[in-house]
Amino acid sequence: MAKSAAIELKNITKTFGKVVANKNVSLTAYRGEILSILGENGSGKTTLMNMISGIYFPDEGQILVDGQEAVIASPKDAFKYKIGMIHQHFKLVDVFTAAENIVLGIEEGKYNLKESISKIREICDKYGFDLDPEKKIYTMSVSEKQTVEIVKVLYRGADILILDEPTAVLTPQEIQKLFAVLRRMREAGKSIIIITHKLNEVMELSDRVAVLRKGEYIGSVNTAETSESQLTEMMVGEKISLNINRSEPKDPKDRLIVENLECVNRMGVKVLSNVSFTAKSGEILGIAGIAGSGQRELLEAIAGLQKINSGDINYINPKTDVVENLKDKTPRQIRDLGVRLSFVPEDRLGMGLVANMDITDNMMLRSYKKGKSFLLQRKEPKNLAEKIIEDLSVVTPGVSTPVRQLSGGNIQKILVGREIAASPKLLMVAYPVRGLDINSSYTIFNLLNEQKERGVAVIFVGEDLDALIELCDRIMVIGSGRITGIVDGRTATKEELGVLMTKSVNESEVSNNG
Amino acid sequence: MAEIKDKKHKREPLFHLVKRDDMKWWAAWLIRIAAILIGFFLVCFISMALTKESLSSIIETMYRGVFGRIEMGSTKMMWRYFQKTAILLCLSIAVTPAFKMKFWNCGAEGQALAGGLAAMICMIELGNVLPYPLLLLVIVLSSIVAGAVWGVIPAIFKAQYNTNETLFTLMMNYVATQIVKYYLYIKGGGSNKINPVAEGNLPVIANNEYMLNVIIVLVLTLLVFIYLKYSKHGYEISVVGESQNTARYIGINVKKVFIRTMILSGALCGIAGMLLVAGTDHSIDTNTVGGQGFTAIMVSWLGQFNPLVMIIMSALVVFLNLGSAKVADSCYLNSSYADIAVGIVILLVVGCEFFIRYQIKFRSTKKEVHV
Repeated sequence: MAKSAAIELKNITKTFGKVVANKNVSLTAYRGEILSILGENGSGKTTLMNMISGIYFPDEGQILVDGQEAVIASPKDAFKYKIGMIHQHFKLVDVFTAAENIVLGIEEGKYNLKESISKIREICDKYGFDLDPEKKIYTMSVSEKQTVEIVKVLYRGADILILDEPTAVLTPQEIQKLFAVLRRMREAGKSIIIITHKLNEVMELSDRVAVLRKGEYIGSVNTAETSESQLTEMMVGEKISLNINRSEPKDPKDRLIVENLECVNRMGVKVLSNVSFTAKSGEILGIAGIAGSGQRELLEAIAGLQKINSGDINYINPKTDVVENLKDKTPRQIRDLGVRLSFVPEDRLGMGLVANMDITDNMMLRSYKKGKSFLLQRKEPKNLAEKIIEDLSVVTPGVSTPVRQLSGGNIQKILVGREIAASPKLLMVAYPVRGLDINSSYTIFNLLNEQKERGVAVIFVGEDLDALIELCDRIMVIGSGRITGIVDGRTATKEELGVLMTKSVNESEVSNNG
Repeated sequence: MAEIKDKKHKREPLFHLVKRDDMKWWAAWLIRIAAILIGFFLVCFISMALTKESLSSIIETMYRGVFGRIEMGSTKMMWRYFQKTAILLCLSIAVTPAFKMKFWNCGAEGQALAGGLAAMICMIELGNVLPYPLLLLVIVLSSIVAGAVWGVIPAIFKAQYNTNETLFTLMMNYVATQIVKYYLYIKGGGSNKINPVAEGNLPVIANNEYMLNVIIVLVLTLLVFIYLKYSKHGYEISVVGESQNTARYIGINVKKVFIRTMILSGALCGIAGMLLVAGTDHSIDTNTVGGQGFTAIMVSWLGQFNPLVMIIMSALVVFLNLGSAKVADSCYLNSSYADIAVGIVILLVVGCEFFIRYQIKFRSTKKEVHV
C-alpha cells in the first residue's frame, strides 16, 4: 500500500485494576482510508480509541503520529496531533447554537462568531454536511447533533477522525448520508477510524478492518478480500469449553408467553418491535445479542419497569394455571398477582441493590413490607444475609458492611442470592457474570442450573457466547430490538449466533421457530 | 517505551487523594470534635485580636451570653438558650426526612410560618369561643395541617411535573411571608403589629414557660429518629434517596413517598411554627421564624441526617450565635460578627468531612530520583 501511516499503535497495554482492557495491541491507520475497528462488547475498542484521543494514557506502548512518537495525555494534546474523536454520547451544550458549540473552548484567536460561521459553512459545503450553524442544539435531531460533533472536530483541523459507534443512533437513511460524508472526507485525505460491531456496515464502508477480541488485537484484513463469516470468526474466536453441567429439561411447560411486544424508550426511539417468544419451566432460555439491542428493555418490560406500546406478556401461574397479563402493571401489582418473578438486573448497584446500605438492609428490599407492623423486621433479613454469606461463601467483614465495599463477585452473589431466596418461578438474570472471576462465575452458573432443575423458568441474558452455548437449553438472538432467531443451545455454534447477532434490521424478517 | 514511562511519572502530582471507606466511627467523631474545638478557639483568637481582651474574658463573655448568671440563681437565660435550641432542632428534624430522600426542602421557613399563622388565627378568632383544651387541640391540628399543605404543594408538583423542589420550596417562603404581612395589615390596625394574645397559649409546666416546648421537641426528635431508622416508611425514604431506580425496581411508588414525606416534613415545620407562636411569642410577625428554617438545613447536614446528632449540632450553633452576639455587643463589634463566628466553625466542621472521606497520599520520593 502506497499510503502513508497516519497513526501507528505499538504494543499498547491498558489495565484498570485487575481488568486488562487492552493487551499488546499494535495497529496502523493510513491516510485516506476508512478503518473499522470490529469487536464484541468489552473487547477494548473504545478504551483503545480513548487512548488515541487523550482520555486515557496507555500503561505501556507507543503511539506514533505520522511516524513521530506522540505523547497524548489530554484531548488537547490529541488536537495538537490533529486527532479528533466523536463520542457515542454527544458532548454539547443544549442551549447554545451549533456554531457556539463548535467554537467553544478554542483558546487561540479572537472570538468572532460571524467569521466562525462562515468557516463552518465552508466546511459543510466541502464535505456535504447539512447543518444550520445558528440552530440551537435542543431543537436538533440526533443525527444533526452528530453532524455538529463531526464539524466541531473538523473545525479544529482534525486529520484523523475517530467515530465511536456512529450509526447506533441513526436511521438507515441517516446512515447512508453519514457514509457519503465519510467517503468524501476519505477522498480529502483524512483518515477515519470507526468503532462498530455491525458487520454489514463494515463491509459497505470501510477499506480495512481491524478486529479486537477480549482486549487483544486479532488482525487486520482488507475489506475487499474478506467475508462476513471470516470476520465473525475473528470476532468470536474459537470455542472454549467451560464444562458447565447441563441436564435435560424436565417436563417443560410454558411459563411466560411474550407476544408481539413493542416498546419505545424515553427518547422516543423504538427499542423493541415484534418480539414474541415463550419461556418454559425447567429450562434456561439464553438471550444473546450486541449490547443495547433491546435486552434491557425486554427484561424491564416483563418486570413492569418499561412502558409497553403494544403486545402482551402472559405469565402462567404453575399452581393454578391462571394466565396473568403483566402488561401495564407496576412491579408491585405484578407481585400482588402472585407472580413469582425474580429479576437480577444488569445494573447491580444502581438498580438491584442500594450501594450505601448494608447487606441486611439490602436483603429486605423485596420483603420489607411483610407483616402488618409499622416498624421494620430486621431479624429475618439478617438471618437470610448470614445464610447467603455462608452458602455462597461471600467474602465480607459482616452483615452490616455496606455492599459498595464488597468486590464485584461478592456483590453479585448477594444479589442473586436474594433473588433466588424469594423462590421464584420465573428468574431473569442480566449479564450475571460480567466482571466476575472464573470461580464466582461458576457459582452463579451452578445457582442458575439448580433453579432450572427445580422447575424454574430461567431467562439468562449474556454476552459471553461460550457460556450461553454451554449453559442454555435454547438461545434467542436479539438484534436491533427484533428477534433474529431462536436456536437450540445444544447444537448452536458461535458463528451461527454471531451471524444472527449482526444481522441487519432489513433482513431480520424473523426466522422464529421457538 | 521506557521514555514514555518517564514522561508519565513527570506528570504525577505532588500529592493525590485516595477515597477511604475504612475509618472507624470513633475516629471520625474524634476528627469532628477536633474540628469543632479548633473552630471554637479560632473564633476566640479572632475575638481577642479584635477586642484586645484576654482569652478567658472572651470565653466568659460567651458563656454569659448563653447561660446568663446561673451562679446568681437566674436560670432564665439558660432556658432561653434551650428554647432557641429546641426550635432550631425541631426545624432540623423536620427537613431531615425530605433530605434523606434527596428532596431539598428549603421551605422550612415558610412551612413554619404557615403553621404559626394558623395557630395565630385560631388564637385570635377562636380564643374566646372554644374551651381551652379544645382550643389547644384545634391550634395544634390547624398548624400541622397548614405546615403540611405548605410542604406538600412542591412535592405534588415534583411528583407530577418534575419541577425543581429547591426553587419551589424557596419561593413558597416568600408567599408565606407575604400572607403573614397581609394578615398583620388587616389585624394590626395601622401598626402592622399584633400584641401578644393571652388566649390559647401553651400550658406552663413546672413554672417554666419554655419547658413544655423543649420536652415536645425532644420527644419529636426521638420519634423522627425511630421513624427514619426502624420504620418501613423510613426504609422507603432511604431507598428513594439512594436510588430511584432501585425504588422502582422493588415496586416502591416514588411519587407517593415524595408526597407522604413532604406532608410529614411540612407538618413538623408547622409544629415548630406553633411552638413559636403559641408557646413563645404569643404573637406573629414576618420575622417570627427568623431565618432558622435555613439554619436548620445546615444543622441537618451537620448531623449527617441523624436526629440524635442534631441535638448536639443545634445546641452548638445556637451557643455560638448567642455567645458571639454577646461578645459583639459588649465589645461594640458589628452585629454581623455572630454570623461570622458561626460561619468559621461550620466551615471547619464541614471541611473536616473531607479528611474523613479521603486520604492524602504524597508522591513517593523514589520516583523523583528516577526523573
